[in-house]
Amino acid sequence: MQYTSTNLTDTIVALATPPGVGAIGVIRLSGTAAIAIANQTFKGKDLSQQATHTIHFGTIRNEEDKIIDEVLVSLFVAPKSYTGENVVEVSCHGSDYIIQELIQLFIRQGARMAQPGEFTLRAFLNGQMDLSQAEAVADLIASSSSASHSLAMQQMRGGFSDEIKKLRQELIDFASLIELELDFSEEDVEFANRDDLRALIQKIQRLIHTLMQSFQLGNVLKNGVNTVIAGRPNAGKSTLLNALLNEERAIVSSIAGTTRDTIEEVLNIQGIQFRLVDTAGIREAQDQIEAIGVEKTMEKIQQSSLLVYVFDVIQTPPEEVKADLEKLYQEGVFTVVVANKMDLNPYTKFEHYASNYLTKEQFIPTSAIHKMNIDYLKERLYQAVVQEKVQLDDTIVSNARHFEALKKSYDSLADVLHGMNTGITSDFIAMDIRKALHYLGEITGEISTDDLLGNIFSNFCIGK
Amino acid sequence: MFPKYDVIVVGAGHAGCEAAVAAANMGSKVLLATMNMNTIAQMSCNPAMGGVAKGQIVREIDALGGYSGIVTDHTMVQFRMLNRSKGPAMWSPRAQSDRMLFANKWRMMLEAHPNVDFWQEMITGIVVKDGRAVGVHTGMGLEIESHSVVLTNGTFLNGLIHIGEKQFGGGRAGEKAAKGITEQLVQLGFESGRMKTGTPPRVDGRTLNWDRMEIQAGDEAPSQFSYTDTPKLKKQLPCHITYTSPKVHDLLKEGFDRSPMFNGRIQGLGPRYCPSIEDKINRFAGRDRHQLFVEPEGWETCEIYVNGFSSSLPEDVQYKALKEVPGFENMKMFRPGYAIEYDFFQPTQLRPSLETRLVKNLFFAGQINGTTGYEEAASQGLIAGMNAHLAIHEEEPFILKRSEAYIGVLVDDLVNKGTKEPYRMFTSRAEYRILLRQDNADLRLTPLAQKVGVQGMEDRMTRVNEKEQAATDIEKFFAKLSVTPDQLNGYLETLGSSKLKQQVKLHGILLRPHVKIEGLRTALPVVDEFLSKYTQETLELAEINMKYEGYIKKEQEMVDKMNRLEAVRLSDNFDYAQLKSLSSEATEKLSKLQPRTIGQASRISGVSPADISVLLVHMGR
Repeated sequence: MQYTSTNLTDTIVALATPPGVGAIGVIRLSGTAAIAIANQTFKGKDLSQQATHTIHFGTIRNEEDKIIDEVLVSLFVAPKSYTGENVVEVSCHGSDYIIQELIQLFIRQGARMAQPGEFTLRAFLNGQMDLSQAEAVADLIASSSSASHSLAMQQMRGGFSDEIKKLRQELIDFASLIELELDFSEEDVEFANRDDLRALIQKIQRLIHTLMQSFQLGNVLKNGVNTVIAGRPNAGKSTLLNALLNEERAIVSSIAGTTRDTIEEVLNIQGIQFRLVDTAGIREAQDQIEAIGVEKTMEKIQQSSLLVYVFDVIQTPPEEVKADLEKLYQEGVFTVVVANKMDLNPYTKFEHYASNYLTKEQFIPTSAIHKMNIDYLKERLYQAVVQEKVQLDDTIVSNARHFEALKKSYDSLADVLHGMNTGITSDFIAMDIRKALHYLGEITGEISTDDLLGNIFSNFCIGK
Repeated sequence: MFPKYDVIVVGAGHAGCEAAVAAANMGSKVLLATMNMNTIAQMSCNPAMGGVAKGQIVREIDALGGYSGIVTDHTMVQFRMLNRSKGPAMWSPRAQSDRMLFANKWRMMLEAHPNVDFWQEMITGIVVKDGRAVGVHTGMGLEIESHSVVLTNGTFLNGLIHIGEKQFGGGRAGEKAAKGITEQLVQLGFESGRMKTGTPPRVDGRTLNWDRMEIQAGDEAPSQFSYTDTPKLKKQLPCHITYTSPKVHDLLKEGFDRSPMFNGRIQGLGPRYCPSIEDKINRFAGRDRHQLFVEPEGWETCEIYVNGFSSSLPEDVQYKALKEVPGFENMKMFRPGYAIEYDFFQPTQLRPSLETRLVKNLFFAGQINGTTGYEEAASQGLIAGMNAHLAIHEEEPFILKRSEAYIGVLVDDLVNKGTKEPYRMFTSRAEYRILLRQDNADLRLTPLAQKVGVQGMEDRMTRVNEKEQAATDIEKFFAKLSVTPDQLNGYLETLGSSKLKQQVKLHGILLRPHVKIEGLRTALPVVDEFLSKYTQETLELAEINMKYEGYIKKEQEMVDKMNRLEAVRLSDNFDYAQLKSLSSEATEKLSKLQPRTIGQASRISGVSPADISVLLVHMGR
């Protein structure tokens, strides 16, 4: 099966600016259909009628006509472009979420994610580059592809990877049965039960659907990131919360133990929703009410993705900070340590606090009351999510290319069902099953249709 | 005593015969050398041609001007189109042949060819000068000169036959093995291997009780393999079906300790899909019976082939067990089944033209390449024969793409992947099987044969053009003709298809599930009248074109994408080690296999898409 070979006729899409912060993001589309794909989603001038090397203002809307962003679209008509093909560059606001939404929209409209170095490769192949650049391009492709070859599997948590592997194997068994019917119809062979096949396909589709729903970036956009602020009484948690939110929400006083209930607020950093939960201080509880508060804090941390631990650089010595972190540590919860009240002790150093639970970039000195380093803290929180250090509870798929493979698996399986429902013969059904197997294999890292025959030979008694 | 030949073909089995004809049909003077002229084109195993995927290959051989299809049509005793209930790509012609007539017809056709000479003797070596094959050595010490040599030695190279604990040298029951060639090739640097295959017992049909078996008759309207006017089959012989039983299995098991399969005496690699009966019992212990096909060997002879009972158990064990099979109670045996081991050469040592990499103008075809099956062998013979001719004239080799023919898939798989067991064709090996149908092999391949210089294709080309034109006319008619609800609702109702509410084009109706041209003809006199002037073959083509248009288009698009890579040539002796960006595995494989095109490179295992991109960059385009 040859679905994998470098396919140079597709229209490809990718982010052209570096990922992460930036005022503007540029998404580049290249290929025959680039202008058409952009035009389908663009509200403004009819892009198909515009001259090359022109820029147009408008909005990009999704299938439900919902505006995703206001953009500037630059048109480069083949062959006068970087790649020598039709190229569209969409300049949008530099939020990762807007960028992802736009890329996913273009993929739904017919583009596919570019392979590493593919724009450059196309440019080269279309004679847009000097031959002397060949070695550099080749190196680029080789190095970036080895990085991108890390499999979706490694990024999947929970039992999903095993489950999808198992279901794919079941589908291979079915595909083998169908091939068996085709290649060995003359012999005394069993037949694939169509009801079982239908049930299996629906089961795989449901699983894929769940996985697609859990696409990390989409998820963050939908649900936000659960973030707990914790620390000893009077470390300044509530002040920090207010500094982050820039308003006085939590009850702030300097009497230890003021905050007894958890308080939930939403903080928006560059488009990401952080759902902040302020907690009662952790210490050996003095009274009954506070004891309940401490228990709640631990519970909240367990339910969150991100922990912001705040301590007072004057009151709390490094050993106690280390002890707290050890107590609060939860597998899978990313921790940021805020050394508050730095204005009172500017000599606080990371080195004093270093431990297994803490790296330098997780350590942020602030002064909540004077709003010092608050923007830096925000930047660190944002980066933690964007660089996928924060694992969201319901995120399983985080890579856009894997998301695309899931989508294609899903669609091929839908084709199989459609074929079965319209009574098409099994050779055509086999064609769609193979395609589905191929895309599922891209997710599990097992690409093989040759193994169909191997499977047949080892499991069925065939041969006259 | 000999002229200098263009091509010497060693071996006159299915591969050798097609190779001789292919080279001769391109204008080469050919010598066909065989150990025994009485066994030209023997069906050493099953007296049948075609079957699933194999039938498509025979059609392809015919479309390219080979003789296998014509010989089969003249000598078959039964014809069936297998897989009729599946989609059109799965339809597969299969014929039961008269084994003696088959061999005789082949010999007569070869004798009728002015470019084919014969020589009966064992060939013991190849004359190699400056890395080029320039003739052969014979057992008598003769040297015969030629410009190219095609080896089609079948199972004869150091053939070793096993029956129970007995083993003896031989290429086929009653025929001696060929010595010398393997040893010389290994000295030249070739890597040889050992394979194994088997055949079932032949029995006396006069002693079988046919009433105890199921009848399997031929098709009511038998078709044929050749696209030319070969005679239609008027009467047919049936095959019969019977089954083994637990009792049969128990009797066979008694001989397992004397089985060369199980006691390690046979070391060659056997085909998993064509297991011996002892292998089936051993591996699938849960099954209490296995199907046997009882096949006639010809119109006149009482010899019967027991398909499904291939065995190398001792003859007395085979005999005792077979007698327990329903219908075989009084059976007398002509000869027991046996296993045979023989030498082969891993086909990754070949170029896609089937020329060896090591020795120029030396070609291999058939079982020597690790394949099994008459059809697989014959098709390789055809390709090797054509290329043996083209090589002499230093012309581009004739290479079929995977998207053009099963033969293309076969050769591409062999030279790029090699094989670990005797290679047999299956439809599932072809990624574009919707395009590679038995009904369109002529449209796919005859123009290619004509273009490359196969002689005598004019008549075939006329037929191809007429067929294509006729199909187009029918499709246009369907696209234009409007039908009313009154005309068609009756027919649609019988199919459970929803009724028409308004006038529509006939073409749209045909796309519905279960709707067939035949049914529309009955329902609509105007359609019947228009179609009456067309052949069944043309109607089928037009129907497939229209009904499966969506799927055909989808596959064609994939082919077009792939073909961009097929068009990028890689030069021989390219130094892949200089490309630092290639993975080391890719460098090794590419250096060893020297692919002709980027497309071929992309199918070599261990060569990743990233490696292909690197290659593309370096080719500069």
